[in-house]
Amino acid sequence: MPDNTVTSKGALGAAKNADSADNADILHADHPPYLRHHFNSAEQQADAASFAMWLFLLTEVMFFGGLFTAYLIYRNWYYPAFVAGSHQLNVVWGTTNTFVLIFSSFTMAMGVWCAETRRRKGLVLCLTLTFILGLCFLGIKTIEYREKVEMHHVPGFHYSLQSFLDPASNPEVFKEYHDKPLALDMARHTEIYFSLYFLMTGMHAVHMIIGIGILAFMIFRARAGAYTAGHVTFVENFGLYWHFVDIVWIYLFALLYLISRHQ
Amino acid sequence: MSTNTIISLPDQTTARIPKDNFITRENGLLSWLLTGDHKRIAILYLISITFFFFIGGALAGLIRLELLTPQTDLMATDTYNKVFTMHGIIMIFFFLVPSVPATLGNFFIPMMIGAKDLALPKINLLSWYLYMAGGILAVYTMASGGVDTGWTFTTPLSTHYVNTNVLTTGLAVFIAGFSSILTGLNFIVTIHKMRAPGMTWFRLPLFIWAHYAASILMVLATPVVAIAIVLVALERTFGIGVFDPTKGGDPLLFQHLFWFYSHPAVYIMILPGMGVISEVISTFSRKRIFGYTAVAFSSVAIAVFGFFVWAHHMFIMGISNYAVLVFSLLTMLVAVPSAIKIFNWTFTLYKGSITFETPMLYAFGFLGLFTIGGMTGVFLGSSGTDIHLTETYFIVAHFHFVMVGGMLMAFLAGIHFWWPKITGRMYPEKISQFAAVVTFIGFNLTFFPQFILGVLGMPRRYASYPPEFQVLNVFSTAGATILGVGYLMPVLYLIWSLKYGAIAGNNPWQATGLEWQTQSPPLTENFAVMPVMDHEAYDYEWLEQQQQAHKETEAPHAG
Repeated sequence: MPDNTVTSKGALGAAKNADSADNADILHADHPPYLRHHFNSAEQQADAASFAMWLFLLTEVMFFGGLFTAYLIYRNWYYPAFVAGSHQLNVVWGTTNTFVLIFSSFTMAMGVWCAETRRRKGLVLCLTLTFILGLCFLGIKTIEYREKVEMHHVPGFHYSLQSFLDPASNPEVFKEYHDKPLALDMARHTEIYFSLYFLMTGMHAVHMIIGIGILAFMIFRARAGAYTAGHVTFVENFGLYWHFVDIVWIYLFALLYLISRHQ
Repeated sequence: MSTNTIISLPDQTTARIPKDNFITRENGLLSWLLTGDHKRIAILYLISITFFFFIGGALAGLIRLELLTPQTDLMATDTYNKVFTMHGIIMIFFFLVPSVPATLGNFFIPMMIGAKDLALPKINLLSWYLYMAGGILAVYTMASGGVDTGWTFTTPLSTHYVNTNVLTTGLAVFIAGFSSILTGLNFIVTIHKMRAPGMTWFRLPLFIWAHYAASILMVLATPVVAIAIVLVALERTFGIGVFDPTKGGDPLLFQHLFWFYSHPAVYIMILPGMGVISEVISTFSRKRIFGYTAVAFSSVAIAVFGFFVWAHHMFIMGISNYAVLVFSLLTMLVAVPSAIKIFNWTFTLYKGSITFETPMLYAFGFLGLFTIGGMTGVFLGSSGTDIHLTETYFIVAHFHFVMVGGMLMAFLAGIHFWWPKITGRMYPEKISQFAAVVTFIGFNLTFFPQFILGVLGMPRRYASYPPEFQVLNVFSTAGATILGVGYLMPVLYLIWSLKYGAIAGNNPWQATGLEWQTQSPPLTENFAVMPVMDHEAYDYEWLEQQQQAHKETEAPHAG
């Protein structure tokens, strides 16, 4: 057990006649500067922080879970609309983005390793690379969103059914997939697909933006050597977050872009 | 009522409040607003929760006043819709969900497990700020026109048809939801990682087990209502179609997502209250809780089963007959762990040395009222009777029995039980016993007639009703008035006791929990020396030995 634990026969006697000033001295006695007073040891503090992060990620799973549930239900009901909708997505950009994110996960993991082995320059480099790759992802996402706006595929904003009622009107997509025209009723349900597309990728992008913001803060702090002095909890926990956001994207990529690829 | 009492106070002529405690350690408003101390945050919560409770209570008063007569004479029907909606939203999200966990839980979880603080003090403070932000936004919404969808934000009503402030209310609930998630997360981490040496899982007080179960629900269920609210907001602003049948969306999906949180939410509300009842019943019958392990696991069982019953809120909303069958069966299963608790508390009373201090009176109130509330839940869980009774006053009475009769009684029991520890002073015993009885009578008079009204078919959420229902409604309104007095009294005498109450000493109830083995009010770091747990929870023999040893060591000083 931690060295500043004072054991006693029983709590009742021990708690009596407390002199808090003496107590504070005991608390201050040799511990690393980052150890918060309510923890007994640095291990306990790191344990608690990483456990809390895993729990937080669990809440994130539940948060995205609502969207995935909606996706599951509507995909089962309106499968042809989902296939036709997904054909309108740009698989090339999607794949590129997937690789960008996986690579950023790699640089992030290297960053955690650098922090643990106290390599300040390596850490700054890795975090900066992760930061740039995150921005790349968002840039590519913006290009894709812009395509959707041009095609009138944004639900609620002059949504157009033309690509689904008359697939030949979009020769580029038609050349590749030879989609048959959908009945009006089913074509209307493509709007649900695109709602889910924007919701899911949008929620994911919000998480990316938050992550990039935290990365900027971390690069700033890492340059001052904040994470390479033995206290790496923050970098490790952020790493967990970043990998989580990546994994969400990998599911989104498969579910939104690759619906009919197994046929 | 027996004159027996277990209260043992120090000699009032010499006793004084310890000079150094968490209240006196630092001064000034900022030392409170920027504190990381779980006890100070608990007090911030206590004050703000009381504030929102009285806003919600005032709205309830308006509802009962309108229902005094069959006509709509006090307010327009639209206003009535807004009043009951805001009553529900404020009471559920800003009172019931955070009530026991954020106040008593925040204060006593670290103390009961022998820790100096919650694992994440800054997150704890953040959760209070989020709660306040949500609460103020909700009150602002109310002031700027309110919302009239009912607290359930039912689509497509909320997304397409009402012109009231759905968005700001939704945002308020969303923010308060994050506060709840962070509280639950903090509790789980604390209970896992911060226990004192020797504090094994099966030495934990049942209060901790109950909070652990409730925290699991907060962490897993709340994000789902968050996303549901986001979807409602986007549907309302942009018409994305996910809940819009004209575009192929399904309003029922909203119901599923909403109740996936909001059914577990009732266990988030009641489980911490059950934890309080375990502590109170054990202390005031001087016995270890009968079947400790069963009670501990029944909390977890309620949390687990609680996730699989949500669709019983939707029996009349077009889910399939098979789903009704399954969810009806699963709903019955929740009754099992709840009954385990009630039976075990009753067996604890058997051959116990029972005394009737205020917390115990509230606990008795809880036992009776929660049992009625729970049993009527079985009526509603069976689809046949549910189809007759749902959307009537029967359901209103049912959840008020569980929430007000159960949870509020437990909250008041807990506040009285731990008041000496929080403030260092006793509340006045006689008047608070009187208040407990008034609350009990007022409560029954308010809500029991509503069961009858419901069976007779009076629908909920209407400002007017056929004249033959008036007698029972007058009873109900009269009861609400008495109940209001019953709630006002504790506020007054508890504030009074801050200055004039008797000095409580460390352990006025001679209870066994670790929180009673330190000074009242506690030090900022809770314990002068880290406690070591060397006995089971509710071990009264251990306590006796401790007190004996304590007397022996104290004797020379006294001389």
